Amino acid sequence: MITTFLRTLAALMVAALSVYQAVAQSEDGALEITVAGGEFQPISVASPAFFSDGGEAANLAAQIRQVVMNDLVGSGLFRSIEETAFIEQVVDFDVEPTYADWQAINADALFTGHAKIEPDGRVLVKFRLFDPFSEGQVEGLQFFSDPADWRRIGHKIADAVYAKMTGEGGYFDSRIVYVDERGPKGDRQKRLAIMDQDGENLRYLTSGGDLVLTPRFSPKDQEILYISYERGQPQIFLYNLETQQREVLGNFPEMSFAPRFSPDGRQVLLSLAQGGNTDIWVMELATRKMRRLTQSPAIETAASYSPDGQQIVFESDRGGGQQIYVMSALGGSPQRISFGQGRYGTPVWSPRGDMIAFTKSSGGQFQIGVMRTDGSEERILDASFLSEGPTWAPNGRVLSFFRETPGANGRPSLWSVDITGRNLKRLNTANAGSDPAWSPLLP
Amino acid sequence: MKSTLKFLIAAGAILAVAACSEEPASPEAAAANSGGSTAAAVDQSTLQYFQQTVGDSVFFATNASSISPRARQTLQRQAQWLNANLAVNAQIAGHADERGTREFNLALGARRAESVRSFLVSQGVAAGRLSTISYGKERPAAPCSAETCWSQNRRGVTGLVGAPTS
Repeated sequence: MITTFLRTLAALMVAALSVYQAVAQSEDGALEITVAGGEFQPISVASPAFFSDGGEAANLAAQIRQVVMNDLVGSGLFRSIEETAFIEQVVDFDVEPTYADWQAINADALFTGHAKIEPDGRVLVKFRLFDPFSEGQVEGLQFFSDPADWRRIGHKIADAVYAKMTGEGGYFDSRIVYVDERGPKGDRQKRLAIMDQDGENLRYLTSGGDLVLTPRFSPKDQEILYISYERGQPQIFLYNLETQQREVLGNFPEMSFAPRFSPDGRQVLLSLAQGGNTDIWVMELATRKMRRLTQSPAIETAASYSPDGQQIVFESDRGGGQQIYVMSALGGSPQRISFGQGRYGTPVWSPRGDMIAFTKSSGGQFQIGVMRTDGSEERILDASFLSEGPTWAPNGRVLSFFRETPGANGRPSLWSVDITGRNLKRLNTANAGSDPAWSPLLP
Repeated sequence: MKSTLKFLIAAGAILAVAACSEEPASPEAAAANSGGSTAAAVDQSTLQYFQQTVGDSVFFATNASSISPRARQTLQRQAQWLNANLAVNAQIAGHADERGTREFNLALGARRAESVRSFLVSQGVAAGRLSTISYGKERPAAPCSAETCWSQNRRGVTGLVGAPTS
């Protein structure tokens, strides 16, 4: 399965299709996203059936188009216009559409595609995106890949549509690593699992024999960090998804946990227990050199870097309850930023740098929220018996987290929500799942 | 040998009945109640004796790791037992209830395990015989989502390494 992934990396090439002479992106090509309030209107998108050279290409064309639409509509920002509403029947991929016919049905975006199988067996998919109201093509791309990796072509097309129409980065061609859970509450079997962000292409990375927790994706490489109890004490493991090589990070007499990569992927923030007391350290991956960042008798853990690597955010109970603090990445004196009612933990800095996502517990419930990096503008996005552990989609607009239901038969499940609070939905997983971690956009 | 074994089974049965008939006021009560029922014939060096009569678990208040008066009694019995059975080492597992985030609970479990460890050391148990591990909220003893279960899950469990099972 990893080899499929490698093949994808090697084979999937993306190039702007020069012959289309893509129209320079106009200022008004990107639509503003309304962040709050009820006035939000999804972007209406029309897509005639993709063209093909027939045979296997016809199936791929139809399936790829469906992936694109599922991604776009699933984001909550797009609405698909029914084909029965189309006035113009586009009959040729290379002919410009009649824009007036698409304006008449209020299509904010129109995209078409074409799939063919090349003599070398690869599939070639071309894609064009039009803005009917500015009457021009705003994107044209072509993708070559192994036909087995057709889903990634769909995600890349969806990312291109999303980026052009919203002005923000896409997030569909990405994966989520998480903990697959089975068995009774007192004796859960936990396995690392990885899937595409839409739940497809699930595969397991560990066997389930050892307790594993909190996987974290590298922002740079196809690597993850996670916790395993396989050698007794909980320890941090580094797993390379391409080589399937694993190694333990450091050898400490007590627990090491709560790892997170630095934005450049070269350092790892982690927590070490010493004499039962937990503090935050940073390890340089190349040399394994450790530097201590906090030193207090309180619990300091769950540290996360700002995207510029200059600061860290973490949780501590130094003030009594669990709260969120920001500090220089070199150490120093932390500033508390969470001041609402309740306890705050699991802070994660947005890849855009503008927000910090967190878990809050108050009034017998657990909530997922976001706040500005100074703690202002706190916004709660989900609340349940247990909602925990937010992770950012690569574009910093969407969060995933997990919920667990109460009781002896309680089970965790993965969810996602837009940072506006819209589009809260459960993600498809084979079994119960917890501790999601979103990958960066795939290369 | 055979008769000792029979006696142990009988003693186990009595303990089970006692636990059922008397609702414990706290999770420790069951262990504390059974403290007086030791008979001379019982092999006190066994894991079973340690778990059921000495009491292997102590319990904590929410978010706390301080040793309560009741936990102190249990740990004093544990220390006595460990001081009398020098061939046996122990690993103390710290646990938390499900009302906390995963990583915080790992840290809290470590703090609780250390709290138990340092109390046992203060009672004369050699530090080198004691290790700790935290399970956070990963291994609840009682599965319900109510304080009756959470109070049983906020615990430190002294696990023996090298004791005969019965």
